[in-house]
Amino acid sequence: MSENALPCDKPLPALTGLYGEFYAWCRDRELRFQRCTGCGRYRHVPREICAHCSSMEWEWARSSGRGTVFTWTEVVRALHPAFAAATPYAPVVVEMEEGVRLLSQVVDCVPGELAIGMPVEVDFQPVSDAVTLPIFRRAAAAR
Amino acid sequence: MFKDKACIVGIGETPFCRKPGSGLSEMGIQLKAAVAALEDAGLKAAQIDGILPFPNVGKAEAFAASLGCENLRFAATLHMGGAAPVGSLRMAAMAVSSGAADYMMVPGGWNGYSGARVRETAANDVNSIPGGEIARDFYMPFGLTAPPQWYALMARRHMHEYGTTEEQLGAVALAMRKHAQLNPAALMHGKPLTMADYLASPTIASPYRLLDCCVETDGAAAFIVTTVERARDLRQKPVYIMGAAAGQPYPADEITNRADFHRTGLTNAAPEAFRMAGVTPADADFAQIYDCFTFEVIQQLEEAGFCKRGEGGAFVEHGGIELGGRLPVNTHGGLLSQAHVLGIAHVVEAVRQLRGEAGARQVPDAEIGVVTGWGDFGDGSIAVLRR
Ligand SMILES: [Zn+2]
Repeated sequence: MSENALPCDKPLPALTGLYGEFYAWCRDRELRFQRCTGCGRYRHVPREICAHCSSMEWEWARSSGRGTVFTWTEVVRALHPAFAAATPYAPVVVEMEEGVRLLSQVVDCVPGELAIGMPVEVDFQPVSDAVTLPIFRRAAAAR
Repeated sequence: MFKDKACIVGIGETPFCRKPGSGLSEMGIQLKAAVAALEDAGLKAAQIDGILPFPNVGKAEAFAASLGCENLRFAATLHMGGAAPVGSLRMAAMAVSSGAADYMMVPGGWNGYSGARVRETAANDVNSIPGGEIARDFYMPFGLTAPPQWYALMARRHMHEYGTTEEQLGAVALAMRKHAQLNPAALMHGKPLTMADYLASPTIASPYRLLDCCVETDGAAAFIVTTVERARDLRQKPVYIMGAAAGQPYPADEITNRADFHRTGLTNAAPEAFRMAGVTPADADFAQIYDCFTFEVIQQLEEAGFCKRGEGGAFVEHGGIELGGRLPVNTHGGLLSQAHVLGIAHVVEAVRQLRGEAGARQVPDAEIGVVTGWGDFGDGSIAVLRR
């Protein structure tokens, strides 16, 4: 990334296949994960088959939206030009009550306040007409 | 099983540089290293009948045509990022010990400084990002776009669970830099480093500072593997491959949902390699550990069994991984202070040590050495070598 790189749009999900279905739910402001109807396990990222029981039957099960911070990093120097103006920001891994983890950001908290174990809950951030990202805020009780 | 059936008989390396760049194409710079390895071994290019190129920097067909390898019969590329060179060392041993090929060339190199920078290519080419569409759709929209950020997530969690400190990460950076002062070919030769310098360096992706990160480099290296029988007629004293293995984390294509967050490819590969070799980590006189970032050294020392999980921080402190310490690590200065040539230089340095040709940084009477590779989202490879 050169110092005078032109602003460029942030990368967005391609909205294809099962990943696209995940984001279609987000656009409806619902966080849903695949749940295997064979063994009941949740999974993320979306996959065609359950790695535990090999069942290809599953449903989009609604998440409680609640989780805790599992790990994070504070990006001070952007390594993609689209994020240069966003620094500092913190990609965060959230461990959901359902047991799955996903990568997101906690938007109402500066990176210095992040802590592993911090309770968070999902919210939704439209970033284009087609794409809404699942983001997190500090859980009501922790605010 | 290929234990002690194959050996490394030739090594080659180009100079390492940053500004103004190598002045060569990425194929050109690798060919230069390949020719140096042939010369070192006393082999003709036409004798090379197997080539294992690094991913995305050149195809075997082009190497063969450029060098004059008219009888290429074994070619493959391991898609393991920085774990590929040591994985290819293992594959080369398998190839020559099974008769699939007689002389295997493993080249690797790039214009990692003057060409397309790692940090850009990782973000812009979905086919070259580990995880591919997973990274595109689930990581990059949230600003997780590049290797130090992926691995910082692992480092942070390790610090939380085991109390690993920033100063322990710094101890890795300082050890590599100290070794580079003994290596005139290292980019950081003549540039010593203190803990105060380290702690003052700017944050890139916490806990990683600038000085936790390897040096983007233009450069290349190569090595040649053949059977023990063929090695007898060659120029150099062979370095024997006692054992080697490779492995993947689970899932390998997605970082966040690992039941055991610290299990990497090396976790299962290392015991396999040591078992094959018939030695233990304690028998190693040195280790060249893939050091793209400081924490990856601590993590690999643990997962390879040099210490228990959670004890890597203490292991690297107080000169533990410096020359003269309990396990000298990256005696050439590593990716952090010699040069980042995709991990192949770790193999080259291991061979130099076992030949007794490491000059001022020679580990006295080095007999057994370990070399690892780390790549993508935690793929791992390891080889146990002896003189
Ligand atoms: Zn199932």
